[in-house]
Amino acid sequence: MENFKPNIIVFCCNWCSYAGADLAGVSRFQIDPNFRVIRTMCSGRIEPEFILSAFENGADGVMITGCHPGDCHYINGNYKTMRRFYFMKVLLREFGVETNRMKLSFISAGEGIEFQRLVNDFIKEIKKLGSAQYRIKE
Amino acid sequence: MKKKMKKQKKKRVVRKNRKSGVPKGKQAPDMVSLTIDGISVTTKKSNSILEAAQEINIEIPTLCYHKALSSYGACRLCVVEIQKNGWKKIQTSCVYPVEEGIEVKTDTPVLQNIRKTMIQLMLARAPESSVVQEMARKLGVEDTPFVKRDDDCIRCGLCIRMCRERMGKNVIGFKGRGDQREIAPPFDVESPDCMACGACYAICPTASQRLKKMSNKVKKPLLDEFDAGLRSRSVIRIPFPQAVPNAAIIDREHCVHFVTDKCRICEDLCEAKAIDFDQKEELVEIPVGSIILSSGAEVIDGKQKREYGNGRYENIVTSIEFERILSASGPYHGHVVRPGDKKEPKRIAFIQCVGSRDDEHPYCSSVCCMYATKEALIAKEHSPGLECTIFFMDIRAFGKGFDEYYEKAQKSGVRYIRCRPSSIEEKQSTKNLIIRYADEQGQMRVDEYDMVVLACGLQPPKGMVEIAQTLGIEMNAAGFCKTRAFAPTDSSKEGVFACGPCTEPKDIPETVTQSSSAAARSMELLAEQRHTLITKKEYPAELDVSGQEPRVGVFICRCGINIGAYVDVPKVVEHTKGLKYVVHVEENLYTCSQDSQKLIIEMIKEHKLNRVVVASCTPRTHESLFRETIREAGLNPYLFEMANIRDQCSWIHMTEPEGATEKAKDLVKMAVAKAALLSPLKRVEIDVIQKALVIGGGVAGMVTSLSLARQGFEVFLVEKEKQLGGNARHIFYTIEGNDVQAYLLELIKKVCDHKLIRVMTNAEITAVRGFVGNYETEISLASGRNKIYKHGVIIVATGGVEYRPDEYSYGKDTRIMTQRELEEKIVGAEPQIVGLRSIAMIQCVGSRDNGHGYCSRRCCSQAVKNALSLLELHPKTKIYILYRDVRTYGFKEDYYTAARSAGVIFVRYDREKKPILANDNGSLDVSVFDPVLQRKLEIHPDLVVLSTGIVPNKDNEKIAKMLKVPLNSDGFFLEAHVKLRPVDFATEGVFVAGLAHSPKFISETIDQAGAAAARAATILAENKYYAEATVSHVNDDLCVGCGVCSNMCPYEAIEIVEEDGQRRSKVNEALCKGCGTCVAACPSGAMDQYGFTKDQILTMIRSIRE
Ligand code: FES
Repeated sequence: MENFKPNIIVFCCNWCSYAGADLAGVSRFQIDPNFRVIRTMCSGRIEPEFILSAFENGADGVMITGCHPGDCHYINGNYKTMRRFYFMKVLLREFGVETNRMKLSFISAGEGIEFQRLVNDFIKEIKKLGSAQYRIKE
Repeated sequence: MKKKMKKQKKKRVVRKNRKSGVPKGKQAPDMVSLTIDGISVTTKKSNSILEAAQEINIEIPTLCYHKALSSYGACRLCVVEIQKNGWKKIQTSCVYPVEEGIEVKTDTPVLQNIRKTMIQLMLARAPESSVVQEMARKLGVEDTPFVKRDDDCIRCGLCIRMCRERMGKNVIGFKGRGDQREIAPPFDVESPDCMACGACYAICPTASQRLKKMSNKVKKPLLDEFDAGLRSRSVIRIPFPQAVPNAAIIDREHCVHFVTDKCRICEDLCEAKAIDFDQKEELVEIPVGSIILSSGAEVIDGKQKREYGNGRYENIVTSIEFERILSASGPYHGHVVRPGDKKEPKRIAFIQCVGSRDDEHPYCSSVCCMYATKEALIAKEHSPGLECTIFFMDIRAFGKGFDEYYEKAQKSGVRYIRCRPSSIEEKQSTKNLIIRYADEQGQMRVDEYDMVVLACGLQPPKGMVEIAQTLGIEMNAAGFCKTRAFAPTDSSKEGVFACGPCTEPKDIPETVTQSSSAAARSMELLAEQRHTLITKKEYPAELDVSGQEPRVGVFICRCGINIGAYVDVPKVVEHTKGLKYVVHVEENLYTCSQDSQKLIIEMIKEHKLNRVVVASCTPRTHESLFRETIREAGLNPYLFEMANIRDQCSWIHMTEPEGATEKAKDLVKMAVAKAALLSPLKRVEIDVIQKALVIGGGVAGMVTSLSLARQGFEVFLVEKEKQLGGNARHIFYTIEGNDVQAYLLELIKKVCDHKLIRVMTNAEITAVRGFVGNYETEISLASGRNKIYKHGVIIVATGGVEYRPDEYSYGKDTRIMTQRELEEKIVGAEPQIVGLRSIAMIQCVGSRDNGHGYCSRRCCSQAVKNALSLLELHPKTKIYILYRDVRTYGFKEDYYTAARSAGVIFVRYDREKKPILANDNGSLDVSVFDPVLQRKLEIHPDLVVLSTGIVPNKDNEKIAKMLKVPLNSDGFFLEAHVKLRPVDFATEGVFVAGLAHSPKFISETIDQAGAAAARAATILAENKYYAEATVSHVNDDLCVGCGVCSNMCPYEAIEIVEEDGQRRSKVNEALCKGCGTCVAACPSGAMDQYGFTKDQILTMIRSIRE
C-alpha cells in the first residue's frame, strides 16, 4: 500500500481552477505528482460519461474543479456542475464505485495554495482507499 | 537503453555546435572532448569537469560549488576518478579543468566511500542542517561516527566567496587551519565595510547562525508592498502573481549592483539571459487626442493615528492588511492569525470610518462599510467560532444587493455596535486590545479583543497635485480630481477625462462603470480616428488537411532549467517518439523563443506536420503565441494542443523528479491523443448592422444615444411617453445646487438636433428578433403604425418609478407628501410651505423593508437636500429627519454635516419600531421611539414628507422577456456581473443603464449611460462580429428537440426549431460562448463542443491507461 501510486484525474475549468493550478506552480507549491489535469473551458462541460470512463480506464479518483459559486466565467456553469455532481454520485454508487473517489472543489485563480491543499488531501484520501476496483474488462 | 541515450546525447552536442556556427565534424579551438561515465562530451576549455558533467545531466554531488562563484574544492563531495594516459587519479571535479581525451568516472565504489566519509564529517559539523542531512541520505549515510558538535557551519566558504567576488567586500574570511578553521571577520574585528546586504546568508547552505556574528549590522527586510508589508520580499521579483506584464523587476534602490556596481549574480543565473542592467528610463512622446486619468485613491494608514497607538500596537491591522491576511495567497496562507504572535484570534473588532467623516477627511469613503462586512464574514468562514464586532456610525450598504448582504452578515452573527470608540489600548501581557466606547444610550463600556481591524478610508493618490498641475486640471477641496456637474467624467479641461476613485471614493461597480464612461467620452472626440493605427497581418493560405492521416509534431521545452532540472526531458522525448501519429519530436531550450518559432515553422514544412503539440508552460499564456506560429506555417491555428509540463508539473514536483517525468510523459501522451482528433476551426463571421436601439428616453437613454451618435453610430431612441426626460422632469436641483431642468432642456435639444438620432416618442417596442449584430425590432409608433427597424445592439434604459406609498396616510391628507412633491413646491415657492413651524421627514418609505428589501440610495441625500433648501427659505423651520442609517456617501457627507449644523434634527428609528403617524384630530402627530433617549418622541409637524424609494418599472418583465435578459428578485434588470460587467447582459449585444438597473443619482445614471454607450460601441465599431471558435453544435440525426440544452444555456444561444415536422436544437454561434454546459446536459448525445469534443476528452481519459 505504501508505494501505491494512484491514478487521479483532475478536471479544471480554464478560468479559475486551471489558473489556480498554474499559480500553485508559479508559487512552487509542491504537490503529490499522482494526478493528471484535463482542461475544459467550464466545469459545466464535465459529463457523467467522463467520470465513468475515467473509472473504467483505471482512475482511482476523479476531482472536478471550477470557479467559486458566483464566479463562473459563463455565469452559472458551476451551479449546473453542482447539480450534476449529485447525479454523478448516484451513478457511481450504481456502478459500484465508492462515491468518495469523486470530489467537487472550487478554486479561484488566486488560490494556488488551495489547489495544493485540496489536491494533496484528495490524493491522500485516495491512497487510503487504495486502488479502485471498477475497471473495464480487457 | 544506455546505448540509445549515448547516441542521443552525442547528437545534442552536435546541434549545439551547429548553433554556434561551427561545421559538423571539426572541433572549435576553444573546445575539448572527453568522456564522462562513458559518454563523450565536447565542451568549452574553460569548464571544470563538474560543469562538463552538468551539461550532459550527470549529477555530481556537491555542497560548495556555485555556478556564479569561483570553485574552491572545499566540500570534496565532487570527487571523480580521472584516467589519463593509463594513469588514474582522484580529483575534486569542481576545480579540475577538462582536458582533451581524459576519461572520467563519477560514481565508483572508491568515490562513494570518500563521499561517505566527507558527509559524515559534515554531519558532525552541522548535525541540524537539513541540506546536509538530505545530502547524507542521498549518499546512503544515516548517521555519523564522529562526535557531533554544536555548530552549523560546514566551512564550504560560499559566504566568503560571495562577499569577496560578488559584493566586492572582504567582510568575512577563514581563520585558523584544519580543525580550527572557521569564518571570522578579518583580524577578528568587525569590518565597517559590511553593507548588511544579506548575500552571505542567502547563499549559505546551512543558514549558519555564525554569520550573524560577523557584523552588528542587521539587514533590514524589504517589505512586500502587495502584502501590505506583512512579509518581506527580495530585491528582484515579480511584484504579485497577477502582475501584467508577468515579468521580474529589479528594485534599483536596493539592488547591490545598482548601489555599488558589484554583484550581477542574477545575470549569471538567469538561463534566459533576460537580465539587462542597462535599461534606462526613457522619455517617450505620444501624440494623443485625449487623456483619461484613472490614478485611483490611496488607503489612509489609520494605524499611525494617535487614537490607535501610533502604529505601536502589533495586533491592530488596517483593512488592507487584513484583506491580505484573509487571502489564500497572502502572508499567512489564508489563516486568520494575529501578526504579532501568529495566534488565532477569537474576537476581532472592526472600527469604521478611520480617516473618514472626520475633521481631516470630512467625506465618506463609501466602500468601508461593505468591505468590513465582507471581511468579517470571510474571517468567520475561515475560522468558525470567531466573533466579529463592527463599530460603526451608519451602515452605508447603498449599492445593488448590498443591504441583502448586510442582513446576511447580521444573521451569520456579525455584531454591529453603533458608535465610534474613543480609544484603544494594548494590554501588555496578552497584547490584546481594550476598546473603550459609549454605547448608543451613552453608557461607557470596555471590551477586550484579540485583534482590531481599522476600516481605513480613501484619500487622493500620492502625486495628485503634480498630476493635476501637469495636466492643467483643477482639484476639489478634498484633493480629488474636480469633475463637471452633469458630466462626471469630464475634468475642468477639455479632452481630459477622469474616472474611478480619483474623482471621488467609490466601489468597484461604479469604478468600472465610470471607466467605460470615460472611454465613451474620449471616443466621442476621437471617433474619426478609429482604426487609423491598425496594421493588418498577412498570412499564407491555409493548408487543407482534411482526410489526411494525423502527422503530429511535438516540441518539448526545457524552459532553461525550469523544466529540464526536474523532468528528464530526453526521456519524455524518447517516450513521445513511440506514440501513435507522432512523426517528429524536438527538444528546445526555450520553445517560445523566436528561433524556436522559426524552427517549428520549418519542421511543419519539412515533416508535413498537420497537428502540433507543444509541451511547455501553460496554454493560458502561450497558446495564442503558438497558434499564431502554426498559422504562419499555413496550418489552421486550432490544430494545436499544449501539454502543461512546467506550471503544473516540474514546478510543483520539484522534489520528485521521477514522478514529474512520468507525469510529463503522460501529459504529452494525452495532448498527442487529443491532437490527433483535432479538426480545423473557424470563428464565424457575422455582419454587424452598425446602429443602436435605445429603449427609454430619460437621462440614461438620452445620454447613451447622444454618446453613440457622437461616436458616429445611428441611433433609434424609443420613448413610451409623449415627451423625453423621464424621471428627471421631476427633479429640479441636485444636492450640490445644480439646475437639473436646465441640463435636461439642453440634453433634449442636443438629442433632438443630432442628425444620427431618430427620436420616437409615444412609441413602444412590440417584438424583437435576431441576435448580436443583427436585430429586427418591431416598434409601434405614435401614428399607430408598426414598423420594423434593424440594428446591431440594444440598450435598455427604461428607468424606474417613484414608490407610491400606501402607508402613513399618503394621498389622504395634503399635508403628507413625498420628497419629490416637496421639491416641486419648494421650487414653486408654494404657499403651503411658507412659514412652517416644523416638518418631519420619514426615511426608507418603501425601502429596506418587506416588499422592497433594497436601499434606494438617493433618498437620504434627497431629504438633506430639501431640508437645506427649506432652511434657506425659512431658517426658523424646525426639521426632523427620522432615519435608519444616513447614507450620504462620498462628498454628499458634507451636506449631511451642513444640515446638522444648520439645526436639522436627526432621529434614528429601528426597522421594528417605525414612526407612527396620526392625523385624526386635525393635527399631524408623529411618534417615534428614539433609541438614544430610550423613549418615545412626540412631534407635531405642519408637514410630513415621505422619503420614498424607487421601484422597478412595471414594463420590465415584458421587456425582459422580449430581449431574453434576466431581472433580479427585486424586479430590476440583472447585469452579467455586478462588478466586472456592470452594464452588460450575459446575452451579447444587450446593455443596461440608469434606474432600470437599480436606484441611483443622476450623475451615476450619466456615468452608466456613457458606459453602456462605450460597451455597445465595442460591437458597433466593426462591421463584423467574430464569434468564438470552440462553440457548441448539434448533430441533427441524434437531436430529438427535447430542449434540455436550451434551458441550460445562460446566453439564450440555443433555440428549438421545427423543420419538416421535426423539433431540433439550433445553436446560434454568434451567441454561444463555448462553455459546453449544453453538451454535458444533452441526454441524446447530439450536442458537442468544437475544440473540446466528447471524443477528444474521452481519448485523453483513456490514455491514462498504461
Ligand atoms: S468557468 Fe470556471 S466553472 Fe465555469
